[in-house]
Amino acid sequence: MKNNYMYCVLFCLFYQNTAGQFFSSGHTNNWAVLVCTSRFWFNYRHVANSLSVYRSVKRLGIPDSHIVLMLADDMACNHRNPKPATVFSHKNMELNVYGDDVEVDYRGYEVTVENFLRVLTGRLPPSTPRSKRLLSDDRSNILIYLTGHGGNGFLKFQDSEEISNVELADAFEQMWQKRRYNELLFIIDTCQGASMYERFYSPNIMALASSQVGEDSLSHQPDLAIGVHLMDRYTFYLLEFLEDIHPASKANMNDLFKVCPKSQCVSTPGHRTDLFQRDPGSVLITDFFGSVRKVEITTEVVNLTNPIEQVDER
Amino acid sequence: MATAEVERQRGQLAALSIAAVVIIVGVPLWWKTTETYRAWLPVSQIRELAKLQLQLSADVEVVFARGTVTPEQQKKMPLTQTQEEDHAVDEDTALKYKYETKYRTATIMEEDALNKPNAAEADLSLHVLSESPCGSLVIYVIPESSSLLPEDVKVYIGQRRTALLRVPQMRTAKTLEQLLHHLQPHIKQVLRVMSFSRADITAALSDRVRFHPGNKESIADSMRAFKSSPGYEITFSLLNPDPKSHRLHWDIEGAAQTYIQPLLTKMSPVANFSIDSQTLHYAMLGVNPRFDNTRSAYMLNADSLAHVINPVEARLGSNAASSNPVLNFLLYVPDAYHSPLYIQDQNKREVPSNAFHSPRWGGIMVYNVDSYYGPETEFPVDININMAKVMGVFLAQLRLLLGVQSSPPPPGFLVAPCGSTGLADWELDRLMWSRSVENIATATTTITSLAQLLDQIGNIVINDNIAEQVSSAVTSLQLAVAELEAGNLKFALQFSKEAIQASEKAFFDPSLLHLLYFPDDQKFAIYIPLFLPMCVPILLSLIKIASEARQKRREKQAKKD
Repeated sequence: MKNNYMYCVLFCLFYQNTAGQFFSSGHTNNWAVLVCTSRFWFNYRHVANSLSVYRSVKRLGIPDSHIVLMLADDMACNHRNPKPATVFSHKNMELNVYGDDVEVDYRGYEVTVENFLRVLTGRLPPSTPRSKRLLSDDRSNILIYLTGHGGNGFLKFQDSEEISNVELADAFEQMWQKRRYNELLFIIDTCQGASMYERFYSPNIMALASSQVGEDSLSHQPDLAIGVHLMDRYTFYLLEFLEDIHPASKANMNDLFKVCPKSQCVSTPGHRTDLFQRDPGSVLITDFFGSVRKVEITTEVVNLTNPIEQVDER
Repeated sequence: MATAEVERQRGQLAALSIAAVVIIVGVPLWWKTTETYRAWLPVSQIRELAKLQLQLSADVEVVFARGTVTPEQQKKMPLTQTQEEDHAVDEDTALKYKYETKYRTATIMEEDALNKPNAAEADLSLHVLSESPCGSLVIYVIPESSSLLPEDVKVYIGQRRTALLRVPQMRTAKTLEQLLHHLQPHIKQVLRVMSFSRADITAALSDRVRFHPGNKESIADSMRAFKSSPGYEITFSLLNPDPKSHRLHWDIEGAAQTYIQPLLTKMSPVANFSIDSQTLHYAMLGVNPRFDNTRSAYMLNADSLAHVINPVEARLGSNAASSNPVLNFLLYVPDAYHSPLYIQDQNKREVPSNAFHSPRWGGIMVYNVDSYYGPETEFPVDININMAKVMGVFLAQLRLLLGVQSSPPPPGFLVAPCGSTGLADWELDRLMWSRSVENIATATTTITSLAQLLDQIGNIVINDNIAEQVSSAVTSLQLAVAELEAGNLKFALQFSKEAIQASEKAFFDPSLLHLLYFPDDQKFAIYIPLFLPMCVPILLSLIKIASEARQKRREKQAKKD
């Protein structure tokens, strides 16, 4: 009996320490939805964009089971790829972002506006496997990254359909109504990307875009051996920034807003934080890009050494 | 001249009849065919549910042992009182807590039971005498001089639904009312621990009420336990980084059956559970432990624990078929080089359980096997893991993650250890109260936001099956609220589970996808090429007819003059 009491006291003491950690961000798990919406070989750079964000997010700790990766076309096994099974992000083929443990959840023609909205709102047919679902809860921080060709108020999917900023804002509102996220970070790398986050109205959303309305986002460098542009500028510098982040890093969102200034990007990246409750300076990069688990020491133990005796007592 | 007149009249008649057909037949037909099918929803009932007013009722019995009441006070018993407490959480949610308290004196058999040497045995004999139904409580008031409880303890909470309360003698209490008034705060404190409390219920309502960070501990509690779900998957994993040195044997099937299954069976009204297990070889921790010379052992300090889980999680398998939340329990046996391995807390002290857990994920325990063999043994060594010790830790972590245990009891309280099932009856009741409230709150939020969504977006098709699900959810919700008021906890929980299943099914139905957003300029672009070529001749001929009629009238006027 005395031991039990002591355990209770120890438990009390621990509460003071761990409550402080919890209080700062309010999330217990991380999810990422990474979407590339363009097909055809000359849009190689969009696939490379998504894959480099995928790579950073995995490196910082988010497991595959919590990443929904949607690639509208297959560049690694494309007939025109001179180096099959690779997707490079730096010229001279320095960094292969395809790797050997990529898990693509939606591929090719499965990447449609409908499927994207179904993943976000959770309205999938019951036969959909776990890996294709966004099983977030009210304590999940979600990173959503979109890249492709876009315009003022829309994003083009597969060269045949488009999603408008109103639909996207409605989808986020439905996610909020069902408490499917704690905080959301929305990054978009397309032409006139800032128009896509203009219509958001749900709380706890922070948005970044690679260019303002009326500006085009430009691609970075072509590789002469592969023959196409490998990356977009904004994501290239974003990748460079993320390579310096490690799971225990304390870099915050203000550093992320400074990525790719006009001198490097030619377009003006924009961001929107008015819907976000916390101050961006207190939000760690790893709150969205990594998966730092909260941990508590187990202080109490159930004494199970004599189960048979107690059963007889009854 | 006459034929021209006839021609003109025929032309006018044709134009008028075409216009008539277009307006009378065409417009309603177009309206009907472009309408989306929307089945009827009980909107008024849903709007009523938006204002959540719950009443939680519990039956409490307070039994006075010999020596706590005077004979004249005894004459007034048995006495029944009802206490109600209002708790307004926010403008849309109001709760009422109702306690029906019955006061009586102890029977002779109960007196015998209370004369046992210690509290645990007394608790057992009291339970044998009478079993309290789900949701109710019995508090036995014992005299100050009783030796059942140790010196500094005033309340003992048993394994079932009984509590022993020792109250200092009140000499000035003459009437029963004064005595009851004196006892009231103590009884309230016991009820707050054993039954529903404001903090628990407010935490359960976190879906509806996004309460602002006031109480840090309550936030940590609400973040740790899994949200209410109809089922959970429990996975036990054995991590063996060094199969060359250790050949591990663990009887996981037997251990799960003996130690874990009783708890899960007891919790079956709350949720369904499924257990599976796996063994992973060559699974390293991903963090390098430091060697501590003072203890001659490897230490893992608390800060590095957060980075242990991710590399391991990538390799864990899970059941792909269900979308239920997964609880992972990992047993890590350190490799021979890094043995023994201990976990250190913030104050650099060794943790006795050698285990840690992560909220809404699971737990990890480090099991050292260096004591099983000496330095001269031949590798690999066969090792049988002591499952009782391991399961004791996992059971404690499971209780925390399922939300069974939240805050430590107030001072002066002694809580009995939870017994072989790992769960006391009153803990189960408390969990059932908060789960019922959570389910009802979540289901009402889902249904009201679904109704709002369908109202806002006029283009979504509402099929019959969705309307059916919504109606059944509304019915189950009303029943659940009624059962909570009546105090039937089991039925309330069952109805609340049905309500939440129906509401989730309706909300997440794949047919409710809104892909019908048309900006105004696109609507014009579609309709103009279809209707303009048809409408222009009709309009022009109508205008011509009208102007000719006006001209004729003017001529007639002129002729009259």
